[in-house]
Amino acid sequence: MSANLSATFYLLSGILFILALRGLSSPETSRQGNYFGIAGMAISIIVTFLAVGNFGSGFIYVLIFLVLGGSIGAFIAFKIPMTAMPELVAGFHSLVGLAAVFVAISAFLKPEAFNLGVTGNIKLASLIEMSLGAAIGAITFSGSIIAFLKLRGIMSGSPITFKGQHLINLILGLAILFLIYYLCKSQLSNIFWSIVLISFIVGVLLIIPIGGADMPVVISMLNSYSGWAAAGIGFTLENTALIITGALVGSSGAILSYIMCKGMNRSFFNVILGGWGANDQTSDNKTKEQKPVKNGNADDAAFLMKNASSVIIVPGYGMAVAQAQHALREMVDALKKNGVKVSYAIHPVAGRMPGHMNVLLAEANVPYDEVFELEEINNDFANCDVAYVIGANDVTNPVAKSDPQSPIYGMPVLDVEKSKSVLFVKRSLSPGYAGIDNDLFYRDNTLMLFADAKKMTEEIVKSL
Amino acid sequence: MEIDPFIFRLSIFILSIFVGYYVVWSVTPSLHTPLMSVTNAISSVIIVGAIIAALAGSSKNIFELSNIFGFLAIILAAVNIFGGFLVTQRMLQMYKKKKK
Repeated sequence: MSANLSATFYLLSGILFILALRGLSSPETSRQGNYFGIAGMAISIIVTFLAVGNFGSGFIYVLIFLVLGGSIGAFIAFKIPMTAMPELVAGFHSLVGLAAVFVAISAFLKPEAFNLGVTGNIKLASLIEMSLGAAIGAITFSGSIIAFLKLRGIMSGSPITFKGQHLINLILGLAILFLIYYLCKSQLSNIFWSIVLISFIVGVLLIIPIGGADMPVVISMLNSYSGWAAAGIGFTLENTALIITGALVGSSGAILSYIMCKGMNRSFFNVILGGWGANDQTSDNKTKEQKPVKNGNADDAAFLMKNASSVIIVPGYGMAVAQAQHALREMVDALKKNGVKVSYAIHPVAGRMPGHMNVLLAEANVPYDEVFELEEINNDFANCDVAYVIGANDVTNPVAKSDPQSPIYGMPVLDVEKSKSVLFVKRSLSPGYAGIDNDLFYRDNTLMLFADAKKMTEEIVKSL
Repeated sequence: MEIDPFIFRLSIFILSIFVGYYVVWSVTPSLHTPLMSVTNAISSVIIVGAIIAALAGSSKNIFELSNIFGFLAIILAAVNIFGGFLVTQRMLQMYKKKKK
């Protein structure tokens, strides 16, 4: 296959990938979009085989490894519970990162195969591109591994900080740039290996100071990195499909990080440098005096909701942890039978990754047109009879609107306190991830339901 | 004076960033998780590089160090391609509209 023809096909793949993302603008078109993506991938792979044109024994091995990896991937895809999506995505990011590193290493070891010159005399531009691709890939890999361990709970979610951390990161970052410069002059393989090694370390150092509550930002950020790594390799291989994809994924991750930061009213750098999620705020909690709280049970809750004309459900990460989404759906079905209008309100940073709550509700067969984003539904709280807060906390805290001293001041929150009564399902009065007390607990119109989210919801279903 | 092909690739790259910017902003927030899994899957088109790496060189010795890295990258990327697209498909199947 001629180089021009294959380049045209790679362009076609790139366009199909753009259409795959375009499809996600609505759930109706999304499935078709996914098929575009699959088609683009198939074209890329087949064209590469034809372009290389080496159907010897190596080809068989390629197929074997392709099927092997594919079976593992398919197995994971069918087995993974939806609550574990954040760690799955983090794990997948690490694979893209490592694949980028391996391809870069291979290109460095055998530049002839990629038309990049000969060993010891690789084209300057290619050398820069492949070392950047390898560096970003390595950072993506080790960073994603740390994110995976934190999300999986194998590693504590609390930030790990030490003195001079940022200085070390800065020095290592500059060292990578210097080594790339030096590599271009010397073409020494030891320098190349050092770049990869230091990048692995940077990836770890970059993610360990970030707290568990900031995971939505971290995942989006690593998503973006994996894209830039792919683009770097794309430049090395002079492959249009990879360049387009890298740019798409890179900007997609960047936009998601931006949306997540905005959902927490924090700057990107503030998140990256760590902070929040640290336990220091919990300890000096000023409001230790016992404020009166109204305590209710399932029957009270059932009574309130049965007699309401509209109910808004506010799910949060706690719902995912308790696996309460199916019980919740049952409760809503029972309410609907009683003629209650029910909708769901989702905060941008609810859950551990962008859109996490939506997937969980979809899994529990909640129709997506009953689920609303913060801006769409926030005005409706004033006209609603009951807000049922399940597993969410900080995203409902009115302090964010009233107290400039509060660390979450300015963060967009759901106006649940405006509804006639608030049912708050929670295990205890302990503060949320931000480590601050929720003013909502002590309001007159709030009824606290102290229990596990799933158990409480099931009990409510029973008494309905 | 001739234009370096690098400039063309750079142009494609920059324009794709803009395309990505507008396309991703139009993605509905409720599909942000599938967006992440599908971007993950398509970024595994890096398998193209892995295949070239694996098949490089003479067919007499297909397990040189550079080939081995290529084969490893193929496995990693294949996990991602199949895993990414299938899990996205599984999620998208769950999004249903209200029964009228």
